[in-house]
Amino acid sequence: MNAPAGIADGRKAGPADRSLEAKLRRAERRRSLNAFLLVAPLLAFIVVVFAGPILSLLYFSVDDPKLAEVMPRTAQIVDAWDGAELPGEEAYATLVEEIRTAYKARTVAAAAMRLNYEISGFRSMVMRTGRKIRRITGPPYKEALIGLDERWGDLAYWRAIKASAGPYTTRYLLAAVDLQRKWDGSIGAAPPERTIYIDYLKRTFWISFWVLACCIAIGYPMAFLIATSGKRWSRFLLVLVLLPFWTSLLVRTAAWVVLLQNEGIINDFLLYGGIVDEPLTLIFNRTGVYIAMVHILLPFLVLPLYAVMRNIPASQMRAAASLGARPVAAFLSVYLPQTLPGLGAGCILVFILALGFYITPALIGGAADQMLSYLIAEFATRTGNWGMASAIAILLLLSVAALYPVYRGLVRGGTFRFG
Amino acid sequence: MAVPVNATRGQHVWYWCLRLICATGFIFLIGPIVIIVPISFSSGSFLSYPLPGFSMRWYDAVVEPFPWMFALENSLIVATTVTVVATALGTLAAYGLTRADFPGKPLVFGLLISPLAVPLVITALGLYFFFARIGLVQTHIGLIIAHVVLAVPFVVITVSATLKGFDWNLVRAAESLGAPPLAAFFQVTLPLILPGVLAGAVFAFVTSLDEVIVALFLSGPAQLTLPRQLFTGLRDQLDPSIVAIATLLIAFSIALLVVVEVLQWRSARQRSARAD
Repeated sequence: MNAPAGIADGRKAGPADRSLEAKLRRAERRRSLNAFLLVAPLLAFIVVVFAGPILSLLYFSVDDPKLAEVMPRTAQIVDAWDGAELPGEEAYATLVEEIRTAYKARTVAAAAMRLNYEISGFRSMVMRTGRKIRRITGPPYKEALIGLDERWGDLAYWRAIKASAGPYTTRYLLAAVDLQRKWDGSIGAAPPERTIYIDYLKRTFWISFWVLACCIAIGYPMAFLIATSGKRWSRFLLVLVLLPFWTSLLVRTAAWVVLLQNEGIINDFLLYGGIVDEPLTLIFNRTGVYIAMVHILLPFLVLPLYAVMRNIPASQMRAAASLGARPVAAFLSVYLPQTLPGLGAGCILVFILALGFYITPALIGGAADQMLSYLIAEFATRTGNWGMASAIAILLLLSVAALYPVYRGLVRGGTFRFG
Repeated sequence: MAVPVNATRGQHVWYWCLRLICATGFIFLIGPIVIIVPISFSSGSFLSYPLPGFSMRWYDAVVEPFPWMFALENSLIVATTVTVVATALGTLAAYGLTRADFPGKPLVFGLLISPLAVPLVITALGLYFFFARIGLVQTHIGLIIAHVVLAVPFVVITVSATLKGFDWNLVRAAESLGAPPLAAFFQVTLPLILPGVLAGAVFAFVTSLDEVIVALFLSGPAQLTLPRQLFTGLRDQLDPSIVAIATLLIAFSIALLVVVEVLQWRSARQRSARAD
C-alpha cells in the first residue's frame, strides 16, 4: 500500500538519491508498523488471556503465602529460628496468640491445610488446638501448649512450621520430582509414600511412546498406500483417514466404550465365534487406553507423512531397482530418507499431543492408567492443592517444550494439509 | 500400485503383507465409527448386536429439551460466537504477519499459535484461576473467550497458508487506482483468500464444538455443552441416546469434511493458477 513512489527516476545522482533512500526507508518502516498494528489486537488478546494466566499459574508452584498471611509473627520468628532445638517461650506465646486470633477469625483452616502438606495429621492437630485454646490463660505458654497436645513439643512439627513460613517455597517443585528439602536445607529423596510423581511422569512417557510406536507401525504403510495408489483409490483412502480426524473426540471415545466393554461388540463377537470362553477385559485398563489413543492420534501421523510421500516420484524406486538395489536397500536408501521430515513432524505431533491426554484415559483407563494431566486436574479440583497442580504443570510443560524446537525445525520445510 | 508382472515370490508376499496391514489400519480407523451407527436405531437398550428391531426411540430421547437440546443450543451459541471472533482476529493477524516484516515476527507467530502446543489441562487451569479473579467462571462469555484462545491458532495458520500464494500486486493495483486500504482489503484481498478464511472458520467452529476439558473447568450447569454432556454420560450411565447423538455428530462431521474438501480444493486451484 506504500509502493515507493518515484522509483522510476531513481537514476538521478547525488542528494536526490539519498532523499529517495530515506523516503524508501520511511515507507518500509510505515509498512512494518501497519503490519504490526494488524497483528496487535490478537497479540494483546493472547498475552492477556493466555500467556498471562499460564505464567501466573506457574507462579503458584513457588508461591507460599498462606502461613505468613494467617500467622505473620509466628512465621517471622520461626524463619529466624535455626531449627536445631525447640524454640523458646516467645515463639510459643506468639503461636498461641495467633492461633487464638485466627481461630476466632476462621482463617486458621487455611494455615492448618498448608501445614498438613508437611506432616499429615497437622491440620487436625492445629484445629483441635484452636478449639481448646481458650484453656490457655497465661504463661508459661510452652508448657500449656504441650499440655494441650504433646506433639507441640516435637521438633519435627516446629520444623514443618519453619518450612511453611514462606513467602516462597521449592517444596512443590521438588515434590514433583520426588525430592524434598530437609530442615537443614539439604535436598534428599522424599518419603516412599510420596514418591509417586516420577512414576506418573514415566508412565506418561511410556504410554505416549507405545502409542507413537503403534501409530508408526500402522500409519507408515497406510500413508505409503495412499500416496502410491491410483487417483481414485487414493482419494477414497484419504477420506477414510479424514473422517475420523473430523469426528468429535468424544464420539470416537464413545464408540470405543461401546465396542470394548465386557458386554460389548468385540467380546460378543469373540464369544460367539468361540475364540474365547469368557469376555476379555478390554476397558478400564491399559489395552483400552492404547487402542483409543492410537485411534485418535493415527491421522496426525498419516496426514503429514502422506503430504511428504505424494511428492516422491514412483520412478525413483524403479530407478533404484534397475540399478540393482534390492527392494529393502532401495527403500532404506532412497525412499525412507525422503520421508523423514514428514515422519519426524508427525511423530513429534503425535507425541506432544499424547503427553497431554486427559479425556481418553479418564473415560477408558483404570486408576493405574492415568497420566500427568489427570494428576494436575486432581490436585486442582479435588484436593485444592494448587502448588502441586502448578508444579506438575511445569513438569508436563517442560516435557512438551523440550520437543517443540525439534518440531518447529522439522515443520519449517514442509506444510501440512489437515483437510 | 500393483505387483509387477516379473515380481518374485518374496515381492508377492511383501505386497500382500502391506495390503493386510493397511486394511487392518483402515478398518481400525473407520470401523468403530461405522459400527455404532446402526445401534442408534435399535429398539432395545443393549449396546450390542444383533439388534432386536428398528426404532427411533433413542432419537426421541435426543430431541427432548433436556439435556441434549439444551446442551446443543449452548454449544451452538458458543461455537458460533467463537467462530466469528476468532476468524476476525485471526484473519487480521495473518494478514499483518504476511504483509510485511517487523522485529520479532517469528516470536509473535510462535506466541499466537502456542495454545496448540500447551496441554489442554494446563490452559484450562490457567484460565480458571484468571477468570475466577475477574468473575468470568461459569459464564458464557468466559467459555467463549477461552474457546477463542484455542481456536484462533487454526485460523492464523490456515489464512497465513492461503496468503502465501497471494499476489500483493493486486492490492497495489487497487490502491494505485485510488482504493483506500480498507476497500482494497474487502474488495480485492478478502474475496481471493475467502476459501482459506472459511476453512479457518470451520476449524474454529469444530474446535469449540468439540472442546471438553476447558468446558469442564470453566462452565457451570447453565453452560452445559454437548461434549460435556457426552463426557458425563460416558462416565456415569451409558445408554443408547449417547449413540444416537454420536450418530448425528458423525453425520455432521461428514458434512464438514465435504465443505473443507471443497474449500481446500478451491484454494489449491487458486494457488496453482498463481504459480502458472
